[in-house]
Amino acid sequence: MAPLSQHTVIKCQDLAIGYKSKKKASIIANAIHFSITQGTLVALVGSNGIGKSTLLKTLTAMLPTLSGSLQIDAKEITDYSALALSNKLSVVLTEAPASKNLTVQELVSLGRQPHTNWMGSLTQKDKNCIQQALEDTDLASLKNKNCFELSDGQLQRVYIARALAQDTPLIILDEPTTHLDLYHRASIVKLLKKLTLEKNKTILFSTHEIDLAIQISDKMLVMTPNNIAFESPCNLISQGAFDDLFPNEIVVFDKKTGRFSIT
Amino acid sequence: MIIQNKHTGLFVLLCLLLVGVVFINISLGSVDIPLQEIFNSIVGTSSKSSWHYIITNYRLPKAITAIITGGGLAISGLLMQTLFRNPLAGPFVLGISSGASLGVAILILGAGAISGIFSTFLLSPWSLVMASALGSFLVLLAVLGVTLKVKDTMAILIIGLMFGSLTGALVAVLSYFSDAEQLQQFVFWSLGSLGNLTWQGVAIISLCYFIGILLSIYSAKSLNALLLGENYAKSMGLKIKKNMLVIIVATSILAGGITAFVGPIAFVGLAVPHLTRQFIKTSNHFVLIPAVAISGAILMLVCDTIAQLPGTVYTLPINAITSLIGAPVVIWLLVRKRKLIF
Repeated sequence: MAPLSQHTVIKCQDLAIGYKSKKKASIIANAIHFSITQGTLVALVGSNGIGKSTLLKTLTAMLPTLSGSLQIDAKEITDYSALALSNKLSVVLTEAPASKNLTVQELVSLGRQPHTNWMGSLTQKDKNCIQQALEDTDLASLKNKNCFELSDGQLQRVYIARALAQDTPLIILDEPTTHLDLYHRASIVKLLKKLTLEKNKTILFSTHEIDLAIQISDKMLVMTPNNIAFESPCNLISQGAFDDLFPNEIVVFDKKTGRFSIT
Repeated sequence: MIIQNKHTGLFVLLCLLLVGVVFINISLGSVDIPLQEIFNSIVGTSSKSSWHYIITNYRLPKAITAIITGGGLAISGLLMQTLFRNPLAGPFVLGISSGASLGVAILILGAGAISGIFSTFLLSPWSLVMASALGSFLVLLAVLGVTLKVKDTMAILIIGLMFGSLTGALVAVLSYFSDAEQLQQFVFWSLGSLGNLTWQGVAIISLCYFIGILLSIYSAKSLNALLLGENYAKSMGLKIKKNMLVIIVATSILAGGITAFVGPIAFVGLAVPHLTRQFIKTSNHFVLIPAVAISGAILMLVCDTIAQLPGTVYTLPINAITSLIGAPVVIWLLVRKRKLIF
């Protein structure tokens, strides 16, 4: 496993992110520097409005990079066609799909689109992939249900299954644990962990569950106004990276328990 | 895989129903023609020449027009509901029919300003289609342009309504300055009629219909991806701008081309996709497009049969019948399902 997991999947060098309007570009964050190797589970944390979503949108090519370099699999993201990129990375977005009239099976099957012909016909390989994705996310028994019949926790698993069916080495998820109770939050994060271990997937997800992320992720990206730290959770705690995450008047980070508490 | 096995039975049923409705539609009218005679007439062994004349020159082109109108408008409604992520989208609601009206109004009412050979060229069936398709294309493009800026699905409907009133107002201004003869021509067009088409007209809308269907089938995979929203579609390797443009062109050719000849027809585009979803439990556009096309054709033929008021010499405007049937259907769906989903 060791040589395989050394493979670098995402590499950012001096990356600046933000929004480009007609004339001027408004930079949300710059000098971003990190590289993620295959098979790691990375949690992205930071307070609201710090630019987590902007970073994820840039990494998924929904926003252009403002400056610096962003490589996916040792190739600049701008050099990818939409189709080539869809073979490298799949996404789970915060926005709900436009239609919820799809069955679970139909929605997950859509993940095979980059691999199918113009009619979207599913080959045996596609069908196996869909079945596998359904089983990995524990959805096989729900596959004929319509999406509007499902709970939020089940829906989130459906979106993850769709990304799995897309069969990409890298999966990026934007806040997959929002709107879920503690049990379902933990089960989603555990599912992500399992996928990195068993399928050697590289997974980057943003979250507000900092304590959960500390416990389970291999590496964490901590966004603060001045700096973006990228380290293992233990190192981040000893470096005091979480101390500056929020203003200290209301919440403080307890290094012993790895939790925030209200002052 | 276009039509999965589990849907085959349903499609056979729909096709049989369609054939049945076609025969009933042709047989009923101011003069009732026995079913056997219709068959003979189509094969070419009719015994009574007056029936043969009515069938080939009047009822058959009208039935074909109904099939194309119902199917084409229903497909354009389905495409718009997916494209705009809005269950209430349809050629009429989004102002596409009004756009087509504006195109036709400018052509018919404006032709008076240019006299001579030029105006006869302008009023040829082809220029009618061009003006109507162009009008609907422009309105659709404008609606889409606003949609990309405003991410609210309710706003799209309001914008569609606004475009509708805007074009309506322009048409009113145009009619004020045109003479009675042209105005009458336009008013008759705007009432909607399936029966005014010559075989040449039928040929032209058939062409629009087939181009529209080919483009829709070509877009079906992207339409399926768009069910998840633009960002997901993009992340699955879809060239979003190109595909949206193809869908819009398909919709304008279908809605614009058909509206040019039969006038603006209400509710078919909106109601038929929802009705079809009641009995076909899939969101796969490769199944929905043909299903919606056949259901739309059946509904249109039924409406037309009612509009002819069998046994009388009167014919009601087709637009009134589609509204009388379509509006309660939409209300019934809303009440029963509590919400419209697509």
